[in-house]
Amino acid sequence: MYQQVSYSDQYTFFQKLRSFDLVLLFCIIILGIISSFSMYSTDGGELLYHSKSHILRFLIFFIMMFFFSFLSIRFWHAIGYLFYIVVLGLLIWTSFYGVTSSGSKRWLNLYFINLQPSELMKIAIIICYAKLYHRLQINNVNQIKNLVIPITILVLPILLVVSQPDLGTSILIALSGIIVMWLAGINIKYFIYTFLTFLISTPFIISFLKPYQKLRILTFFDPDKDPLGAGYQIIQSKIAVGSGGFTGKGFLKGTQSYLEFLPEKHTDFIFTLFSEEHGFIGSTFLLLIYAIMIFRIIKIGSDTRSFFGKLFCFGFGSAIFVYVTINMSMVLGLLPIVGSPLPIMSYGGSSMLATMIGLSIVMSAKIHSRQTVS
Amino acid sequence: MFSGGDTFVRKLSTLNRRVFILSLAKGIIFTGIVARLFSLQINENKKYLTLSDKNRLREWRLPPIRGQFLDYFGNVIAGNLKVYQLHVVPEDVDNFKALMNRLREILKLSDKQFAKIMKKKNSQKPWETLVISENLTWDEFSKINFYLHDLIGAKPVLSVARNYPYNETFTHVLGYVGEASENDLIRNETIKQNHVAGLRVGKIGLEKTFENYLIGTNGVQRYEVNAYGKRINQLDFEEGTKGQDIKLTLDLEVQKLAGELLGDKAGSISVMDIYTGDIIAMQSSPSFNPNLFLYGISQQDWNLIKSNPLKPLVNKTVYGLYSPGSTIKPIVALSALENDIISPKNTVLCTGKMEMYGQTYHCWKKKGHGYMDLRNAIKQSCDTYFYETARKLGVDRLSLTAKKFGLGNTVLKGTIGNEKKGLIPSTTWKKQQLGQGWVLGETIITGIGQGYIQTTPLQLCLMTAQLANGGFKIYPRITVEKNQDSLEKIKFKMKQSALTAKEEINPIRKEVKEFFNIKDKEYQTLFRNPENIKFVLEAMWGSTNEVMGTSFGSRLKDKKYQFAGKTGTAQVKKITERHRELELKAKDVPYEERDHALYVAFGPYENPRYALSILIEHGGSGSTTAAPMAKKLFKLIIDRHEEREKARSKNFSLAT
Repeated sequence: MYQQVSYSDQYTFFQKLRSFDLVLLFCIIILGIISSFSMYSTDGGELLYHSKSHILRFLIFFIMMFFFSFLSIRFWHAIGYLFYIVVLGLLIWTSFYGVTSSGSKRWLNLYFINLQPSELMKIAIIICYAKLYHRLQINNVNQIKNLVIPITILVLPILLVVSQPDLGTSILIALSGIIVMWLAGINIKYFIYTFLTFLISTPFIISFLKPYQKLRILTFFDPDKDPLGAGYQIIQSKIAVGSGGFTGKGFLKGTQSYLEFLPEKHTDFIFTLFSEEHGFIGSTFLLLIYAIMIFRIIKIGSDTRSFFGKLFCFGFGSAIFVYVTINMSMVLGLLPIVGSPLPIMSYGGSSMLATMIGLSIVMSAKIHSRQTVS
Repeated sequence: MFSGGDTFVRKLSTLNRRVFILSLAKGIIFTGIVARLFSLQINENKKYLTLSDKNRLREWRLPPIRGQFLDYFGNVIAGNLKVYQLHVVPEDVDNFKALMNRLREILKLSDKQFAKIMKKKNSQKPWETLVISENLTWDEFSKINFYLHDLIGAKPVLSVARNYPYNETFTHVLGYVGEASENDLIRNETIKQNHVAGLRVGKIGLEKTFENYLIGTNGVQRYEVNAYGKRINQLDFEEGTKGQDIKLTLDLEVQKLAGELLGDKAGSISVMDIYTGDIIAMQSSPSFNPNLFLYGISQQDWNLIKSNPLKPLVNKTVYGLYSPGSTIKPIVALSALENDIISPKNTVLCTGKMEMYGQTYHCWKKKGHGYMDLRNAIKQSCDTYFYETARKLGVDRLSLTAKKFGLGNTVLKGTIGNEKKGLIPSTTWKKQQLGQGWVLGETIITGIGQGYIQTTPLQLCLMTAQLANGGFKIYPRITVEKNQDSLEKIKFKMKQSALTAKEEINPIRKEVKEFFNIKDKEYQTLFRNPENIKFVLEAMWGSTNEVMGTSFGSRLKDKKYQFAGKTGTAQVKKITERHRELELKAKDVPYEERDHALYVAFGPYENPRYALSILIEHGGSGSTTAAPMAKKLFKLIIDRHEEREKARSKNFSLAT
């Protein structure tokens, strides 16, 4: 029995291949197909730049994920801190040499790809935390020293991303970090204290926000105040979704997006386009796919043996949930407009890369579920 | 591996517990999103569908085709002409500036025109059509088509525009059209509803009066547009309706002749059917070419028209106020007869002047006419006789008769905007308006149509017509009406009216009529004794057709054409004694001080049908300047009578 366990610690290639999680794979492929068709629609029913490069990226990163899944979970544990440090380095580099586009310095020109390190940070923070808390005893989690270090780890990238400025991504990084910290066992009272402090300091934070960010928050509360200005996106998005009805206007027949009333329809507002064309049925189906995906990731987390693996899966699953919720709430007019892509669906290489890396770690945890990490 | 097994179990159980809580929260939040989707897409679907349609659909309205004006015989006197235009939609042009510069070379646009186009471009939306040229010549049009390959974005199009084929012939009746102004939109709701950029609307005259009939309705093109307003595809096209055509009572040939006769003299000619009230010609001179106003008149042309001392912009037929001069004499005579002031046998000695209360009143004939009876006084237009008659008659009785016959009131009742009423003075009028008592001397000069009295040429025409038809009220009109009485019916009604006329005079009947608000009968009688009218008409015949008559020189001998009339010479300036002694000829007096020449007439005398009035501003005497024109006019009018009757029965059957 013992021998079997120690023997099964090592897997053959075919064993690994056989233990791939088919449900998760299926979800990813479905999302890949849906997103490709949606991108085709944003190009006005032609195979143009956006759809071509989206499909290409999806294929490349999907294959990459497939191969990364063979890497042992121990490997991800081993490079946990390194990964974080490299991404943090890239963020610092970005703040000096980044490419500025529409008033914000978010990208690094790597010649073959414009990399957005803040997207990678969304994953890096989860790996880093998973490793950190894997090594901590539950008794020590709430010690002051063990609070200061993780907070520093979280605050550094957030400050860098906020200063780009990119409010949306920094909120997503913060939220995924906070969720992992809470899952790891940090006392709930600290979160309450932080939340209260945050509330009190809100007026000061607002005074640091850029005017356009302030405007976005204000228009969220009353989009009709300035229908052609800042409220335009929310109003047009709601019109698009609402006019879709039960079954939608049909593929390639979304007038709102086809006639360019939708802003950023291939990135943050891809769900609006999808929802206009495929209606309530389509939207609910897409949401269901995401729900299955998140459930599956949590399930893999519960089945894997290592604490590192568990925490990463739980953290990553929750992060996906946060991305989906924030993006959808935003386009449905439930939250203010902050830049946040919908995983896999939205156009964007870095976001796709980060998501695929995350998924390959999850897959690795599934394949190496009996492997422990020292 | 199992080191600190106990704490590891605790760590795991905390993790599992918290993941469970988190999963529940996720489930609730996802349910919330589904609820939101449900509310937007199913509950409020209708609202958002409407909003989405409002977003994507836009209408383009096309200018309606304006109704035409036709003369009595169906000739188009204000029509629509196909014109070649050059349109550019700035949004569809890649390099607007380069295109404009190229067009500027080809069309040889002046700096001013160019600046005007650029200004217009900046004032409208980029997807709205910019009209570069509204009226290309054929040369320019073919040149544009030749270079079209390197004029991407320029669209040569065929369009319709107002056109007045007879140029200045109908200007004062029809008026003209011009681009609708802010004011036009505020004033007229129909224009506002049908307005598109560049729409032409009536600015004056009948074009303005009948705007709501002429304008028609817009065609509508419904397009799907994108967020930037660019047309993506046409969804449907609704054709507009053309405006109504309006048929006028005018006769093109008579109108033309009237214009030719007036030439460049300032004056007016009106011709009327004495039974139907149809206005056959209505000419005011000098005129101008209304086609000049279609695309905005050039400053140079405008200055030329505006600074002309003969006032081409004024329609003298209805806006011009003149002393009627001797043309009033038939009315003075009639009034005196009707009121039993004089009998036709009354004689007055004319010595050339008459002294009264220290004032001297001169007759136009310096030597005097000698002994005059009423017929001779009308025939030879003896002033002295009418001074005496007016003195006996009094201004108030005269004023009543004059008003009955159509003086002092508008003739067309608003068909032509702001028609002048003129002025028929009376003692009460002077008391009320000037606060002074009436002076006998003023009565005396009113008797020869001078002093306060003012009439328009059209009123004089109506007056003559109502005398000529035997003294019955008629209803002048310039448009062919749907429901009109036939000539026989009109004559019958007039007879009936004459039969009951005596009863009308009964004061009790009048009271009853007023009390029950009974309307006046049609073709009301304007006389008490028909013999009086006959007498006046016969005297007018003498004036034209007997030796010594004032318009004897202009007579037509043929019975078919024979007409009867009364000349008039209206003083503009009081003649001083010195001038009288000098016996100045008209051409020696400065233009503005010369007399107005007038002539009113009706014909053919045997069986009258038409009446006319002629006025030549500062034309000298009526008999030398105005009356000869009547001769030519009557020749033509009566020659065209048959044809007009034919057209009349045609129009009539069309109408019923």
